[in-house]
Amino acid sequence: MIQPAALSNHLWMVLCSLLMLAGCDQRPWNNPYPETDAQSNTVYSSFDERPKHLDPARSYSANEYVFLGQIYEPPLQYHLLLRPFRLIPLTATDVPQPQFFDAAGTLLPGDAPVTAIARSEYVIGLKPGIRFQPHPAFARNAAGQLRYHALTAADLHGIRRLADFPETGTRVLTADDVFFQIKRLAAPWLHSPIAGLLGQHLQGFQALSEQLAAVADRPPLERVAALRQASLPGVDVMDDLHLRIRLNGSYPQFSYWLAMPFFAPMPWEAEAFYAQPGLAERNITLDWYPVGTGPFMLTENNPNLRMVLSVNPNFHGETYPTEGMPGDTLADVGKSLPFIERAVYSLEKEEIPRWNKFLQGYYDSSGIASDAFDQAVQIDIRGEPILTDAMRQQGIRLLTSVEPSTFYLGFNMLDPVIGGDSQRARLLRRALSIAIDFEEFISIFSNGRGVVAQGPIPPGIFGFREGEAGINPFVYTWHEGHPVRRSLDEARRLMTQAGYPDGIDRETGQTLTLNYEAVATGPDDRARLNWMRKQFAKLGIELVIRSTDYNRFQDKLRTGTGQVFMFGWNADYPDPENFLFLLYGPNAKVVHQGENAANYVNPEFDRLFDAMKDMGNSPERQAVLDRLVEIARADAPWIWGFHPKSFSLHHQWTDNVYPQQMANNTLKYRRIDPRRRERLRRDWNQPMLWPLWGIAGLLVLLITSAWWLLRQRERSTAL
Amino acid sequence: MIAYLLRRLFYAIPILIGVNLLTFVLFFVVNSPDDMARMQLGDKRVTTAAIQNWKQAHGYDLPLLYNAGACGLEQLTKTIFFEKSLRLVVFQFGSSDDGRNIGEDIRQRMWPSLAIALPVLVIGLACNLSAALFIVLFRATVVDVWSLVLLVAMLSISGLFYIIGGQFVFGKLLHLMPISGYDAGFNAWKFLILPVLVGIISGFGAGTRWYRALFLEEMTKDYVRTAYAKGLSETRVLFWHVLGNALIPILTGVVVILPLLFMGSLITESFFGIPGLGSYTIDAISNQDFAIVRSMVFLGAVLYIFGLILTDLSYTLVDPRVRLQ
Repeated sequence: MIQPAALSNHLWMVLCSLLMLAGCDQRPWNNPYPETDAQSNTVYSSFDERPKHLDPARSYSANEYVFLGQIYEPPLQYHLLLRPFRLIPLTATDVPQPQFFDAAGTLLPGDAPVTAIARSEYVIGLKPGIRFQPHPAFARNAAGQLRYHALTAADLHGIRRLADFPETGTRVLTADDVFFQIKRLAAPWLHSPIAGLLGQHLQGFQALSEQLAAVADRPPLERVAALRQASLPGVDVMDDLHLRIRLNGSYPQFSYWLAMPFFAPMPWEAEAFYAQPGLAERNITLDWYPVGTGPFMLTENNPNLRMVLSVNPNFHGETYPTEGMPGDTLADVGKSLPFIERAVYSLEKEEIPRWNKFLQGYYDSSGIASDAFDQAVQIDIRGEPILTDAMRQQGIRLLTSVEPSTFYLGFNMLDPVIGGDSQRARLLRRALSIAIDFEEFISIFSNGRGVVAQGPIPPGIFGFREGEAGINPFVYTWHEGHPVRRSLDEARRLMTQAGYPDGIDRETGQTLTLNYEAVATGPDDRARLNWMRKQFAKLGIELVIRSTDYNRFQDKLRTGTGQVFMFGWNADYPDPENFLFLLYGPNAKVVHQGENAANYVNPEFDRLFDAMKDMGNSPERQAVLDRLVEIARADAPWIWGFHPKSFSLHHQWTDNVYPQQMANNTLKYRRIDPRRRERLRRDWNQPMLWPLWGIAGLLVLLITSAWWLLRQRERSTAL
Repeated sequence: MIAYLLRRLFYAIPILIGVNLLTFVLFFVVNSPDDMARMQLGDKRVTTAAIQNWKQAHGYDLPLLYNAGACGLEQLTKTIFFEKSLRLVVFQFGSSDDGRNIGEDIRQRMWPSLAIALPVLVIGLACNLSAALFIVLFRATVVDVWSLVLLVAMLSISGLFYIIGGQFVFGKLLHLMPISGYDAGFNAWKFLILPVLVGIISGFGAGTRWYRALFLEEMTKDYVRTAYAKGLSETRVLFWHVLGNALIPILTGVVVILPLLFMGSLITESFFGIPGLGSYTIDAISNQDFAIVRSMVFLGAVLYIFGLILTDLSYTLVDPRVRLQ
C-alpha cells in the first residue's frame, strides 16, 4: 500500500517529468504540414485569393500567374538577372525579329519608316523535343487511340479529380499547339482579355472571332472541333517547329506579349478532353487543371485550401543563367533547373496568421503588411530601410525594388473647372501638383515604400531619366543633388495667376470647391481622405470627398462625371508605351472606353506617341520620350503620384530570390536548404506546456473547492 | 401532424420566393451585370464588346425583373430573375460566374464547416450547461456574483478578439497548435482544435448566462419546492429535476440551428483558413458572384425553415402537452 507521503512524491515526479518533457527538443506541435514532409525539398508559400482562372487564354491576374508562370511556357521569358529587363527564349529557339513589308508585299529594311510598313512578320522557331506534362488527355490505349476521349457516364463513375484518371501520357510540342492557342484567344466563349488588342494587330483575328461566334452556343465538343478546323490568315504553321505570325503595320511590343501566358502552347487534346460531358460538373476543366510544358505541374488543385506544384518529369531542362548584374551571386551558374521538387501554396486570407506563420518558419518568404511593418523594418539614419534586430536574429533577409507601376492623382480633363486646355485650368493643376505632398503620403500611408514619380514612366523602364534631368521642373527644383519640392508660396502664386487667390474664385467670389472620387472601405481610408482634404486646403480649396464603392467609382470614370480621382497602373511589359498610352487621346475613357482615365487629349502628344510606340529603344526614341514627358508635365493631367516599392522578406534557407517584377516563372530558380529549415523550425517552435498544467491545476482546485463547499453546505443544519 | 407539416411547407414557398426576390434586388442595387462582367474579365483592356459577350454567355443580358420587349408571360419569364431563380427550386445551383459547379463546391465545403460547427455546438453546450449548473448551485453567493461579472465581460468581447487572441496565445506564444490551415480527412484534427476551442470560449459567456437564467427561473417553480420538501439533495434537484424541465427552451435553441451548422462561420473560417461554406459566401460577396450568393442565401433560408419545423417537432417529443395540429 502506498503511503500518502509516497503518493505525493510520485505525483511530484510525474509532474516534473511532464514539465521537463515540455522543455525537450521535440517536433513542433504547431507545424501545419505533415511530418513526412519535414525535410522535403519543398517551397512553402501562401495565396490570399482563390485564382479565378488558370486557363492561359483567360487569366490576366498576378495571383493567377504565380501558378500559370510555372506550368505554361510561352515562346519567350525575361532574363532573371539582367537589367533593364531583357527577353530571352523559353520554348522558342530565339527571340524572333520582325520582318517588315510594304503594301505591295516587298520586304523592307529593318530601319524602314513606320509609315511605310504595312505588315510585320514574326517567325517563331520552337525548340525540338519539348514534351507536355503527363496528363490523361494524352493517354492512349493499346490500339494507339486516345484513351479518355470518348468518356461515358460509366467511365466517370468514381472520378472526382483529375488525378482519379489512372493513366496519363504525353506528346511532343509542335507549332500547331501555339497556333491552336492563338485561335483560342479569338474564341468568344473564352472571353480572353487580349482579344480586343489582338483584333487590332493580328491579321484575320477579328474575322476569326466573328466566325467562331457562330458556334459559341454549340456544345463544347463541337466548339473544339470548330476551333481546330478554323484557319487564321495571320498565322501560318510552316512545319512542326515553325510558325509565322503576321501583324498589321508595325507593333514592336508584340515580342513582350510572346512572354505572357496568353501565347503558351495548348494541345488540342487537352481542350477536347475537358470538353467532354460530365467533367465540367465535377469542376474538372481546362480553366482549373492546366496542361503545360513548364518545370512544374499542378498536382493538387484545391483553390479553397491548397495548390501544390510538383516537378514535371517531362520537363525539357534549362540551366541557371550564366550572367547577371554586379552583386548578383552566381553560385548556381549552369546547374539544371528547377532546384526544388515541390511548392505548396496554402490559402491564407488574413494577414495576421500569414505573418505569424512566416515568423515561425512555415512560409519561406513573405511580404510585409502595414500592421507588421514596424516589427520588421526600421529606417536608418540615411533614410534607408533596414531590418529590425528581431528579424536579423532570425536570419531574415530584406529585398526591395521599385515596381514597374504608377499611382497617380488624375484630373478629369473633360471637367470645365479642373480640366481642359485653358491656361487657367493648367495653372490650377500645376499649383495642386506642388501642394499635394506625395513624399508625405508615401511616408504616412505606405511606410516609405515608394518613390515619388516625376512623370508617368517608372524607374527601370526605358525612357526614365535619373537625377536632375529626370525631375519635373514644374514641381521640383534641383538642390545639392536632390529634388526639392517647390514652395507653397509658388503654388499660391500660380493660384492667383489662375484666378483663384487664396482659393477664392475671382469671378464668383466663392471658395473653389472640387470633388474627389474615392473608394473608401475602412478607417485607414478615412485617414487618407482627411490627409487629401488638408492638401487641397493648403491652397484654400475645399475638397468634397465623394466616397463610393469600386463599381460606382469606375462608372464615374467611364462617364466622366468625376473631377479628381486616384488611380494606378501595373505594367504589362517593360516598355514606355505601356505607360504613355494611358495619356493617349484615342484611349480616352469616356469617348473610346480606353485606359486614359483622365481623358487627356493633346494632338502633339498623340502624334509623338504614334511615332514613339513603333520605334526601337534608341537615342531617337529617348528624345521623343523626353518631349512626350515634357508635354505631359506641362499640361499636368495627372499629379505624378508615386511608384510603389516592394519589400519582401526571405528566410535564411532560401536562395536565388531576386526582385524580378516582370517575370512570373521564377520558381524554377529558387533553391532552399530543407535541413536548415527543419532545424530552425524546431528551435523556434518548441511547445510550452506549463501554462496548460497551470490551467489544469486551477480547474482541479476549483472543482475540489466547490465539492468541499457543497459538502459543507449539505451537512450544515438549517439553523 | 402531417397536415401541420404540409401547411408549414406550403408557407415556406412564399417565404423562399420573398427571400430570393430580396436577395436579387439587394444584389443588383449594388452591382449591375456590367460590374459583374468587369469583375470576371479584370480591370485591364476590357472592351464593351467583351462585356456584352460575357453577359450573353452567362445569361445576364436580359432585363432584371421585367422584359418590356417581350410578349405575354415572357415579360416575366425572359428576365434574369426568373431564369436564375427557376433552377434553385430543384436545388440546381448551376455554375458560378467563374465557371465552377456550385453544387459540387457546396458538397465539398460543407464538411469542413460541419467539422468545426458540430464540436463547437456539442462541447460548447456541455460546457455552458455544466458551468450554468455550477453557478446556480452557488446562487446568491459571491461565486454567483463574480461568475456573472465574468460572463458579462466574456459576452461583451468581440468574437474577432477571441480568434486573434487564441491564435496569438495558443499558436504563436505557446506553439501548441497550428495558427491556421486545414487538411483533409482525419489529418484535419490538429487544425480543428484551435477554432473549436475559440468557438467554445467565445460562446461561453452568452450561453452560460442564458442557461443560468433558465435554471434560476425553474428553481422558483413549485415542483422544485416540493422536491426540497421531500428531502432531496441540492444536486439531485438541480441535475435531475431542474435540468430536465429546462431542456425545452434549450432544445428549441439547439434544434433550430442544427441544419445551419452546414453553412459555416464567416469570420472563423476566414481567419483559420478553413475551406468551408462561410468563407465560400464571403468570397462570393467580395467577388460579386451572384450565382453563389443567391444559392447560399437560398440554401440558408431552406435550412432555417427546416430547422424551425424540426423545432416544432421536437416540442412534441420533450413536452407531452404540446400537440401539432
